[in-house]
Amino acid sequence: MVDFMQRALAEAPTAAPVWLQDIRSRGREIWKGTQLPTRKTEAWKYTSLQALQQPFVTPGRNAAKADVADIKLPQLNGPTLVFTDGAYRAELSSTALPVGLTLVRFADADAAQAEQIRAALGSALLPGRHIFAPLNEATLADGVFLHVAANAVITEPVQIAWLTSGQQEPISVTQRLLVCLGANSQATVLETFANTDTGGTAFTNGITELLLDRGARLHHYRLNLEQGGAVHIGGVHARLGADSLLSGFHLALGSALKRIDVVVDHQGPGAHCDLDGIYLPRGTETVDYHTCIEHSVPHCTSKERFRGIIADEATAVFNGRIHIHPQAQKTRAELSNKNLLTSNKAEINTKPELEIYADDVQCAHGATVAQLDPLALHYLRTRGVPKDEAEVMLSYGFINELVEAIAEPALQAFLKPLLANRFARETRLTRHIL
Amino acid sequence: MLKIDNLHARVDSEDILKGLNLEVKPGEVHAIMGPNGSGKSTLGHVLAGRPGYTVTAGSVQLLGQNLLELETEERSHLGLFLAFQYPVEIPGVSNMEFLKASVDAVREKRGEPAIDSVTFMKQAREASKAVDLDPAFLKRGVNEGFSGGEKKRNELMQMMLLQPKLCIMDETDSGLDIDALQVVAGGINAMRSPERSFILVTHYQRLLNFIEPDYVHVLSGGRIVKSGDKSLALELEERGYAWLEDVA
Repeated sequence: MVDFMQRALAEAPTAAPVWLQDIRSRGREIWKGTQLPTRKTEAWKYTSLQALQQPFVTPGRNAAKADVADIKLPQLNGPTLVFTDGAYRAELSSTALPVGLTLVRFADADAAQAEQIRAALGSALLPGRHIFAPLNEATLADGVFLHVAANAVITEPVQIAWLTSGQQEPISVTQRLLVCLGANSQATVLETFANTDTGGTAFTNGITELLLDRGARLHHYRLNLEQGGAVHIGGVHARLGADSLLSGFHLALGSALKRIDVVVDHQGPGAHCDLDGIYLPRGTETVDYHTCIEHSVPHCTSKERFRGIIADEATAVFNGRIHIHPQAQKTRAELSNKNLLTSNKAEINTKPELEIYADDVQCAHGATVAQLDPLALHYLRTRGVPKDEAEVMLSYGFINELVEAIAEPALQAFLKPLLANRFARETRLTRHIL
Repeated sequence: MLKIDNLHARVDSEDILKGLNLEVKPGEVHAIMGPNGSGKSTLGHVLAGRPGYTVTAGSVQLLGQNLLELETEERSHLGLFLAFQYPVEIPGVSNMEFLKASVDAVREKRGEPAIDSVTFMKQAREASKAVDLDPAFLKRGVNEGFSGGEKKRNELMQMMLLQPKLCIMDETDSGLDIDALQVVAGGINAMRSPERSFILVTHYQRLLNFIEPDYVHVLSGGRIVKSGDKSLALELEERGYAWLEDVA
């Protein structure tokens, strides 16, 4: 067993239904035998776990009182669940649900729902793919179960905000979301992770599972907005049924360490996945995205676009794996990763990783690393635009395409100023973008 | 307006301009012609301050100021405009945002307030109509996926919105069909005024059928080797440039 969680795991577990206790024990057993990855582990070659070299405790009772007033969330007109330091905050949430939508915490699940959760939880996690998953289960105190009935079309986006305030000692927070879309149903889910400006260190271990039945359509947004000392090791694991469609969007601002694994398994013919992502580390921050698109059956398509802007002495990792199994004929898979380095000391480690075992497939991939185009900068300046404003316009322009592609207007309106201000110290530099 | 004295410039480590002299007075239109590689485009880039273009000797005064001391954007604020031969594509930056940033920057340096969005949109639509460019192009990325002719019209539209004092048109006629050429020439003619000067850099006499220059200069070997009125352009069309290289 690894040291940094010893105290958290030794604390008396919170009361939980028997089925949840079983999941914890299962996780605890596997975690006991787990070795923390080192730089010699291929999937962790460029990302150090130094940030975990300190003891973490569970948040305790203060969690439900955490002051998160300074955190701004996207204003969407659907159900919202808010958690602070892992504790559910009813007074910050709004839970009026449209017909066809079930949204319930694990702790509140009735017998039938508990049975659904028990049957589905962990089923999208490919064995051994997510090394921190057993720890997530070992420390699981609560989670969210989102279920959409077959043929139901939920137009209001569901927002789940996982906020951390940090406390005196570094805390460990476990997040879990299980999304099940029935056949031909539709939904939009937004997960926002954020911390307070004044917060201490929090380690979030987050896992989201997306299970799409035949013909289901899901827009999934996952915003990792935590800054400062925040550590986030998390994953999104999706299983796509026949003719289903997953449209995913990821954003990571930098912090001490973020490592996000996104695994999409096409399990039914005709499934399609669009996966967009943006990462913006600066200072000495680290962001690491590992994506893996599994094509297990024929006639599926995937299109993945990740863009990173790495500033100062920050580090980013992008590893994009596409795995086309022998029977997955007629697959069409695209992967594009573009990076902009805005300083000589910024670092990007990008690696497309293609494993193709079928012969009748189309697979395209590309990765680029560049600096701001000096000619484009010059062109803007010949038109009178000051150099610093031109640099902000070009930086924002690098990710603009992905922001414009966001289907939820309120989310776009929330993200535009947040992203533009990432590149500018003064508001005059962003006024023509906003 | 503009006074260039004994200008020497190099690109990378190659000397391109070798003692160029030129004076342009307010309201004048000067055409600069010359064979490939004579330094025509270099002149425009040097005046606009493009990185990689180094002045090794000589001076340039624009409206009484030492142009070579100024940053690229300051040259624009002073009233210099270079219409590029190959306008740069900038995906992700909307043409409209770019145009407004540009107009606001120039206005502010003149002590005027930033333009409000509604007025600006109206002006931009009118300008796009004047150059026969679909207003839909305002929403696209700067020059992104524009054809050669559309890029040139976009340059002209920027010029109309910025109202510069000295316009350098670098091979504005290249890549244009006859209809587009007439639109662009019409736009330039409409902007001619006693306070505004033009330098037309061109390969062919064709453009000068639509825009009548006051002076025609031949640039060869990095210097102006012959100057005359518009009849010189016709002579060049007939005789080519070779006879002038002997003069040089």
